Amino acid sequence: MSTYRTLKVPASEITPRSIWLRRRALLATGVGATSLLLAPSLAFAMPLKAAKSMYTVPDKLTPKGDVTSYNNFYEFGIEKSDPSEYSGDFKPLPWTIKVDGMVGKPRTFDFGQIMTAFPPEERIYRMRCVEAWSMVIPWDGFPLSALLHKVEPLGSAKFVAFQGVVRPSEMPGQRGLFQSLAWPYVEGLRLDEALHPLTILAVGLYGETLPNQNGAPIRLVVPWKYGFKGIKSIVRITLTDQQPPTTWNVTAPDEYGFYANVNPHVPHPRWSQATERRIGSGGFFSSDRRPTLMFNGYGDEVAHLYAGMDLKRYF
Amino acid sequence: MRSMAKLTVRRWGSKLVWLLYVAGLAPAIYNFYLGATGSLGADPVKTFELFLGLWAVRFLILTLAVSPLREIVGVNLIRYRRALGLLCFYYALMHFLTYLVLDQHLMLSAVLADVTKRPFIMLGAAAFVLLIPLALTSNAFSIRQLGKGWVRIHRLIYIIALCGAIHFALATKVLSGEQYLYLTIIALLLASRLVRSYLKRARGTASRSAAGPRPNVGAVGRAATS
Repeated sequence: MSTYRTLKVPASEITPRSIWLRRRALLATGVGATSLLLAPSLAFAMPLKAAKSMYTVPDKLTPKGDVTSYNNFYEFGIEKSDPSEYSGDFKPLPWTIKVDGMVGKPRTFDFGQIMTAFPPEERIYRMRCVEAWSMVIPWDGFPLSALLHKVEPLGSAKFVAFQGVVRPSEMPGQRGLFQSLAWPYVEGLRLDEALHPLTILAVGLYGETLPNQNGAPIRLVVPWKYGFKGIKSIVRITLTDQQPPTTWNVTAPDEYGFYANVNPHVPHPRWSQATERRIGSGGFFSSDRRPTLMFNGYGDEVAHLYAGMDLKRYF
Repeated sequence: MRSMAKLTVRRWGSKLVWLLYVAGLAPAIYNFYLGATGSLGADPVKTFELFLGLWAVRFLILTLAVSPLREIVGVNLIRYRRALGLLCFYYALMHFLTYLVLDQHLMLSAVLADVTKRPFIMLGAAAFVLLIPLALTSNAFSIRQLGKGWVRIHRLIYIIALCGAIHFALATKVLSGEQYLYLTIIALLLASRLVRSYLKRARGTASRSAAGPRPNVGAVGRAATS
């Protein structure tokens, strides 16, 4: 069991209340307008009630249209536009998640049970993709620790393994001759990472249930790690004492590590991770390249998890 | 009838070459307009950069296809080869400039680190740099001046194709169907050169052993086929 530490929020990250309130007003009109425009691709997006939370960053939000049209979700195809274009056949409901392995009370959660047992809160997180681009996304979700506590992890459990859905009939990237990855998509965290208060299971974004292309109906969000750790459309969570295999690490072990912490000092073999393009800044001439922050700017909260570790080796 | 048709082709041929330049550059111009006005999606710079690289590969393939098309299929597009090769160069140039200016914001230290440390970028840079002498000598004057040397310089296209193909393969996290297709075509086009030179050598040895040494057939014949 990891020790719980109170989150330290730097003064610079606290948004003044006046701006906070204006932001909500702005959002309300913005969401209304964009959801109308995007109606076909967001067929499953339903309004969601989410409490505000203290976990937020002061960065400008990435427009919803970009968050829902620029996705890596290889189950639907490898182009960024594939998930929004080819996820129409996917049926996120009904849905169950099996939680098993080294736990005292293994059980299968129905999505409805999850929504009532774990009321979502809004978390505005930075999202840094390993491909050197980033977004700022208002997720609606709940701490993974809340769900894990319900199943009572055994003292011997050291890791948490996640498994994505396999539905070739609904996911074009899972059928045909050229399949990009081995299915199911799998991911993993150390137990202390999984129990960290920043680690959430997201069920929505921008105040609506998750669109298919963003990992409906439930996905992982770990804001200090590269985006590929955030496994989408999760069907199973297993506690184990072995470091579980993770899809990208298995696919290219020298390019993607198990930890995959955002780290500007450890380049990808094919590109630098020192800077990133912030998505959603308009055309060519307003393109925004900015320095990448250690642990994606969440160092104050998570650096202690890796004290004494050589992060160049455990990248 | 045949000579009439030939005459027409000759008359319209040069106009068709110009049309090829216009049509060939149109996708870049249109996409630049989209990107500049904010209608090229969420990540316009990356999209444009990949788009230009993809078209450079397409024109590389078309350039390399001219000789085998003539020798194997009997379709002669040799008069368009210079335009196709130059279009490949123009797209490579725009691809590089997009990377340098729009993507990296002229951060020369980052670009230098990329070029010197990462084989992926190194190969792309090599392909681009090697294209420059080819582009500079793609004119009648250079062909006259350089003679046999021109042919030798332009054999660099095989090294460019190899570097470019590997760079293209490394550009994405996993290969797409389209990438597999283009890489296969490039491999076949390069292999056709190896087969051709092997056959030529085999034929050469056969005729030499039958009739003794013969005068060289001439550089012109080779120049046209390389």
